Amino acid sequence: MSTSEISVVRVQDASKRFIIHKEKSLKERAIGLFKDRERGKDDFWALRDVNLDIEAGSTVGLVGHNGSGKSTLLKLIGGILQPTTGTVEHRGRVAALLELGAGFHPDLTGRENVFLNASILGLSQKQTEKHFDEMVDFSGIERFIDTQVKFYSSGMYVRLAFAVAVHVDPEILLVDEVLAVGDEPFQRKCMDRIHEFQSEGRTIILVSHSAQQVGELCDRAVVLDSGRVIFDGLPERGLQVLRQGYEDARQEELEIKAVAAPSTQATLAKVELFDRTGSRAAEFDAGDSVDVALTFRSPTPLTRWRAGISIETPLAQVVYGTNTELAAVDLPTLMGERQVVFRIPRLDLVTGQYYVTAALEHADGTAIDWKSQAAMFTVHSDTRAVGTADLRPLIETRSTQDRSLA
Amino acid sequence: MTISAQERIAAVSREPLKATGRTRGWSGALKSIQDIWDRRELLGLLVRRELRARYKDSALGFFWSLVRPLTMLLVYYVAIGKFLGGERAIPSFAIFVFTGLTAWSLFSDIVAGGTGSIVGNGGLVKKIYLPREVFPLSVVGSALFNFAIQLGILIVATVVLQEPPQLSTLYYAPLAAAVLLVFGLALALTLSALNVFLRDVQYLVEVVLMVAMWASPIVYSWALVDQAIPDGFLKDLYLANPVTLCVLGFQRTFWAAGAGAAYPDHLTIRLLIALGISLVLLVIGHRVFARLEGNFAQEL
Repeated sequence: MSTSEISVVRVQDASKRFIIHKEKSLKERAIGLFKDRERGKDDFWALRDVNLDIEAGSTVGLVGHNGSGKSTLLKLIGGILQPTTGTVEHRGRVAALLELGAGFHPDLTGRENVFLNASILGLSQKQTEKHFDEMVDFSGIERFIDTQVKFYSSGMYVRLAFAVAVHVDPEILLVDEVLAVGDEPFQRKCMDRIHEFQSEGRTIILVSHSAQQVGELCDRAVVLDSGRVIFDGLPERGLQVLRQGYEDARQEELEIKAVAAPSTQATLAKVELFDRTGSRAAEFDAGDSVDVALTFRSPTPLTRWRAGISIETPLAQVVYGTNTELAAVDLPTLMGERQVVFRIPRLDLVTGQYYVTAALEHADGTAIDWKSQAAMFTVHSDTRAVGTADLRPLIETRSTQDRSLA
Repeated sequence: MTISAQERIAAVSREPLKATGRTRGWSGALKSIQDIWDRRELLGLLVRRELRARYKDSALGFFWSLVRPLTMLLVYYVAIGKFLGGERAIPSFAIFVFTGLTAWSLFSDIVAGGTGSIVGNGGLVKKIYLPREVFPLSVVGSALFNFAIQLGILIVATVVLQEPPQLSTLYYAPLAAAVLLVFGLALALTLSALNVFLRDVQYLVEVVLMVAMWASPIVYSWALVDQAIPDGFLKDLYLANPVTLCVLGFQRTFWAAGAGAAYPDHLTIRLLIALGISLVLLVIGHRVFARLEGNFAQEL
């Protein structure tokens, strides 16, 4: 992946205001005239003063909660919406992979739709003819290409649409939540295609809820909250900020609940990490032992509860997770303060940062309290490898002829 | 064919930063015409989609696009020509009616179809940036197709009945068709944009078109209007309708039996003025469209 200093998309002070009309028909409007004029209108700012420069060749993930304005921003970049104030500029050809098959007509055959859709996405008829076989190949539905698409299964529909979209030759590709389509082999194919796009120096801007996808694909994350950019930088950090946001929202909710039902709630008070000497630590060598100590408090007796931990990468991939029930450990009634220690004898992980998420749950699995990414630690391993588990294979070579003889 | 990442980035860096979407003002209008021209292939495909999808799965297919005008012709011919005696005052009544209907249906197809075109293609408008004018324009395309079929029938009929169009009055038809196209497109652009914000427009248009058909001399002759309305404001108002002028223009060309019939004075000049005004309306309509377009995606 190579990036450069040249912006292909420049968003300056862009804001977008939506006005929600509650009335639609002439009659309702006529009645509305006699009433307070402002009552039928409700406006809100979907985006506020957004500044963004996207360099050629980079892959940027727009992330945020539902309603944070990420799709609106993508639509501004794609020219589908106009900003209320500010400017949006771009270089080169933009193609949007927004909701696949938007241009499909159910009564036309697959073949006709390929030409129509390709044309909508900006391919000329000649170019489409040239790529037609590739597209059909990619979609894997040769047999049905001359069938009307209304008879297609939804999977076939999406396959064909995606096949067309990825054969367009854009400088900037906008992707909105569409990569999770089709069965697994097809998804793999799509991801490969996106990687190929990256290696070809194309710019990709994607909106995704999948932290893993953003982590895997992007070299930059932009986090939006209530229409503002609250973070812009490395995806690892961005996802952390995003998760912190979720966590804050959850805490707020809990606090509101806590006010309603005070002090009966058991809590997870602390999450601490200790090394083999029993002192607190945040850095470990691969193979070290580590104690994950969870401190719980309960003002009232709590029976049938369980404690759980999980170790995650910064991209939210779970490395390991367990709880006292899975481990078949019986916990005594929780009253006052009590600590549960998970002793991990060997931390066989590759070099990198890891997070510990801990939870207090009822025995049936409903959450009482949890702390997401409550503790962070770094592992240093002297082996060089990718992934998370430090398996340290012994590598030897054998002559396969000998084996077959034996 | 395959170029390296560096080359691609270098290539894109040589391109200028362009404003995304529609730029405001007159330069924006010129740019949008350029945009539409660049997407003319798409326009062709959209027209074909409209035509193919319309009669797909019907056994008779395109034949149905002939049935409607022919049925209307039959109804008017029998009801008005025979029963009401229109035939007696108007020679070659069938040709006369069909001439008017051909002109009228071009106009009403453009306006009625165009009005619903943006809403009807809402799925696309919301998802992908295209010059949105292609949707009303594709309606014009399919209306022209139907028009061509009807015109073909009309010409064949005049030849068969041995009343072919005269060379001296041939130029009226293309002139009138141009007025219908420009005027219809101006209305279609404006109404399609308004319809996004107020869906009632589409129903209103249907009703108005139904009435408007009788405001032009399609099933009755201009001579009758000329007698019924005294010279003055009302008659001028009647003749101010561009569609009326176009219907008269078509009759001038194709209704050879009525060569001696009464026509308003200076029909050519009137048509040229109508064309000029329609062009101005088209520019205004396009401005309205461009102004409203920015909010299409959020209103649909």
